[in-house]
Amino acid sequence: MELSLIVQNWQVFALGLWNTLWLVGLALLFGGILAIPLALTQAYKTPYIGKFSLAYSYAIRGTPLLVQIYIIYYGLGQFEAVRNSIFWVLLKDPYFCAVLGFSLNSAAYASEILRGAIVGLPKGLIEAAYACGMSRFKMIRRIALPIAYRRSIFAYSNEVIFMLHGSVIASTITIVDLLGAGRRLNSQYYVTFEGFITAAVLYMTIVAFISFAFRLIEKRYAIT
Amino acid sequence: METMLEFLPLVLSGVSLTISLALTSVTIAVLCGICGAAMKLSNSSILQVIGGLYTTLVRGVPDLVLMLLVFFGGQILINAIGEKTGLWTYIEISSFWAGTCSIGFIFGAYMTETFRGAFLAVHKGQIEAAKALGMMPRRYLVRIVWPQIVPHALPNFTNNWLVLMKTTALVSIIGLQDVVYNANQAGRTSQEPLTFLLLTFFIFLGLTLLSDIGLRKLGRIYAVK
Repeated sequence: MELSLIVQNWQVFALGLWNTLWLVGLALLFGGILAIPLALTQAYKTPYIGKFSLAYSYAIRGTPLLVQIYIIYYGLGQFEAVRNSIFWVLLKDPYFCAVLGFSLNSAAYASEILRGAIVGLPKGLIEAAYACGMSRFKMIRRIALPIAYRRSIFAYSNEVIFMLHGSVIASTITIVDLLGAGRRLNSQYYVTFEGFITAAVLYMTIVAFISFAFRLIEKRYAIT
Repeated sequence: METMLEFLPLVLSGVSLTISLALTSVTIAVLCGICGAAMKLSNSSILQVIGGLYTTLVRGVPDLVLMLLVFFGGQILINAIGEKTGLWTYIEISSFWAGTCSIGFIFGAYMTETFRGAFLAVHKGQIEAAKALGMMPRRYLVRIVWPQIVPHALPNFTNNWLVLMKTTALVSIIGLQDVVYNANQAGRTSQEPLTFLLLTFFIFLGLTLLSDIGLRKLGRIYAVK
């Protein structure tokens, strides 16, 4: 292990860290937004849409993220029509593909957590809301969702860590994320351990931060 | 459709590699998990610390990073040890074993938690009763504890297995010709990447569905009454 090599190339790792963080952050944001309708339609068994959400969530959770990313990045370009359309500007950009793939993936996992929390809400709570004259929409917005959120904090912290772990796949579609930075260092200087171990240590540090942050959030908001 | 049939044998050979890879890794994972759980549950504080470090390390580091480290680094490390000690000259780690060992090692950590939780779910009085009857540890572990661990561990085991199977897709990155690798090759050669990637998608979905149904049935048979 040559520490000086790592210190000299700190910019690569800083870039990798930055890319990893914003990719994961955006994916969690968009995934979280998309998870709400997915979870609600499943929990309240909306005709047709509920079944679709269920199938979507099962299919995404039942297949590797790597394959999903490959389908978006390598697969969609198969058709002339796609390559000629205005979307091609976005679809040939690895960063866009990564955010899209990660978001769709994260949405499925997050919706499963949220659905479980909504279904598990005490019946009396919902009945009380209706008895107070709330409409269904108001009940969901004011009662069901806030409580479901607070109940699913612990499970969601695991999903955040899994998303971070899954984000290493970005390095397979040419993005310089943390692992990509490690790989770049390794190939540039013909070394093996320096890049990977630095990446591993940095990933562990991020996980430690996430766990710490969620412990604070849990203490403040979680209800069981 | 014709191109699909042409490359179907290639993709199917990838499927068989994926399945054997998953089965080998899950065996390693169960062994690692039993060792890990035994360490975490032991009375020795050193073993507890090692067990704790093991699960924390795996939870902290992404699977692909560990896999690349084992694949590229393990080779160098093993040969350096061989050179220093003079016990062996040159050993080449095949990508199959690098893949299975790293996946097994990673999921061993999750299995550790599964087995530990299942062990703790076994009623203490049962072990005490077995001891009172004069059973030796090996005997009561095999006859009393293990049969009760299985039903408690099965739901978590099912989850771990489903995640493990998806993780095997990563071995294509270290050059193992699994279903993802072969489908990618077929897609490039035939200029129809989407066709073959979608095929892979549905193959994985099929494997997930099959194991989901199968293990759920098993779970119902062994369910805690």
